[in-house]
Amino acid sequence: MSEHPSTYQPGTAIERWLDARLPIIRFSADLLDYPTPRNLNYWYTFGGILSFCLVVQIVTGIVLAMHYDPSAAGAFVSVQRSIMRDVNYGWLIRGLHANGAAMFFLAVYIHILRGMYYGSYKSPREVLWLLGCVIYVLMMATAFMGYVLPWGQMSFWGAKVITSLFGALPLVGKPLTTLLWGGFSVDDPTLTRFFSLHYLLPFVIAAVVALHIWALHVPGNSNPTGVNVRSASDTVPFHPYYTVKDLFAVSLFMILFALFVFYLPEAMGKVDNQVAADPLKTPAHIVPEWYLLPFYAILRAIPDKLTGVLALGGAILMLFVLPWLDTSKVRSMRYRPTYRMFFFVWIVASLALGWCGSQEPDGVIIPGAGPGPIFLDYGVNTVTWLSRIAALYYFAYFLVITPILGLTETPLPVPDSLYTPVLSHPAGVPAGAAAAPETKG
Amino acid sequence: MSFKVADSLAQAAPAMDGPDDPGRRDFIHIAAAAAAVGGVAMVAWPLIDQLNPAADTLALASLEYDISKIALGQEVTISWRKQPVFIRHRTPAEIARARADDNAPMKDPAPDSARVKPGHEQWLIVLASCTHLGCVPTFGEGDYGGWLCPCHGSQYDTAARIRKGPAPLNLVLPDYTFLSDTKVKIG
Repeated sequence: MSEHPSTYQPGTAIERWLDARLPIIRFSADLLDYPTPRNLNYWYTFGGILSFCLVVQIVTGIVLAMHYDPSAAGAFVSVQRSIMRDVNYGWLIRGLHANGAAMFFLAVYIHILRGMYYGSYKSPREVLWLLGCVIYVLMMATAFMGYVLPWGQMSFWGAKVITSLFGALPLVGKPLTTLLWGGFSVDDPTLTRFFSLHYLLPFVIAAVVALHIWALHVPGNSNPTGVNVRSASDTVPFHPYYTVKDLFAVSLFMILFALFVFYLPEAMGKVDNQVAADPLKTPAHIVPEWYLLPFYAILRAIPDKLTGVLALGGAILMLFVLPWLDTSKVRSMRYRPTYRMFFFVWIVASLALGWCGSQEPDGVIIPGAGPGPIFLDYGVNTVTWLSRIAALYYFAYFLVITPILGLTETPLPVPDSLYTPVLSHPAGVPAGAAAAPETKG
Repeated sequence: MSFKVADSLAQAAPAMDGPDDPGRRDFIHIAAAAAAVGGVAMVAWPLIDQLNPAADTLALASLEYDISKIALGQEVTISWRKQPVFIRHRTPAEIARARADDNAPMKDPAPDSARVKPGHEQWLIVLASCTHLGCVPTFGEGDYGGWLCPCHGSQYDTAARIRKGPAPLNLVLPDYTFLSDTKVKIG
């Protein structure tokens, strides 16, 4: 799997016997021994945190499936009465699963932003990055189908809106939505197939995660300087250095997770989802889960249906093509101050899109000023226009700023080796710390 | 001597017909690949088509509804083929407003007369799914006296024509006929 030479020595006759037949202990030992850049900071612990999230979702999900009834008549009751009230600890297991989904997205967004900031997507890690994008899309599909299962009002109408997105495609749109629904609208067959796929997809994600880790171990980790690992002294073994660091980060993450599960279990839920699905009435204000809000705002910002749907897809596509849009030879934004500034503005624009997605489309931005002159259906002082400006920046960042700035920006001097900045840090390092940490473990 | 016979047999047999003949080999490859592609397609189609509506779902064809109990200015939402349908008893003011706008700029232009059945202008019967992404619009909101979709803000007028927002088309007219002045058959 990884390119470093194996250091595993079978200690016993049984281990030697097994090693010649299925070298699984060697495989695990090589994973633990994997040479990792010595300067990884806490932003690099989110891969471990995400693995933890995936395990939590699969374990709690399998348990929930034992008590859930995937039918339009029984789904709402099986969740709200059986699981939330009657099943022993059902409230806890569902609380972990529902809030776990949000925590999963929180972690994946930090993981993606870390990759963008430190240029982790650049050569030779493009395939690693693409596999990550695939996982992200699979996560969105899984989360969406999972959100439908409680069969509340938000579940139902979320399903209706998202499946109708495909209806915007010319020619294939209508047959495709009928195929997804298995009827004239979202109904019993839709719920049952979503349940089936919601159970399947996490295992597909786990498989792509294995490929993601494989693709990580071929070139090795990137690091905050973006400078390549040059010698063994630039690295430390994954275990115990990063197993411990990751476990510490996971522990902190679990505190936040527990805070939601035990004190704010419904903070991210919507009241309307406590009402059973009604195909004849849409709730007054429907919004997706917070982690999809920026895309929802982009969809709404555009007055044409097909263009809106394409823009939504394009916003996700931008992540996939980022390795080929970035023309700069310097990986890390530590040494690209101008690009870093544009990147922070991009984060603000994405957050603004998220906020817009949670608001009514004709809500007023500057209070007391009125909606302002109407342009393309909406006043310029409305949520719709703020999302239009933010969406424009979102796309300009990828399609204009990233390619041009990579050619025109003068980066700061990049250090010779990845630990030079550590040694020259004003706080200094304890004597001997930089000498040969890899020999201590 | 026997070797000689074998040799002469080998020479006598033209290379074109032998097992090493490239033409024959290509044919086997192409035939095998074609059979594999055809086989995969034949297996894949049932696995895809099972997702389409089942026979019992398709059997929910038409619906008769007694409209005599819908008062002037009232609207009911009924379920036809699991899809919501509005039956709206329009007031004269709504009809007049819809007709007055017949020549206004619209995305999907249609005169009010094309939205209703002749002689039954007070009855507007439309699928209650917003043509944007399928939400059920709410009557009495928006700038045109008709419906406002709560999801993405599309606005429809009193003839259920799209006037503002992302929806591309007017609310869809289902196939329906008046069996009598008080009974309508949808589908």
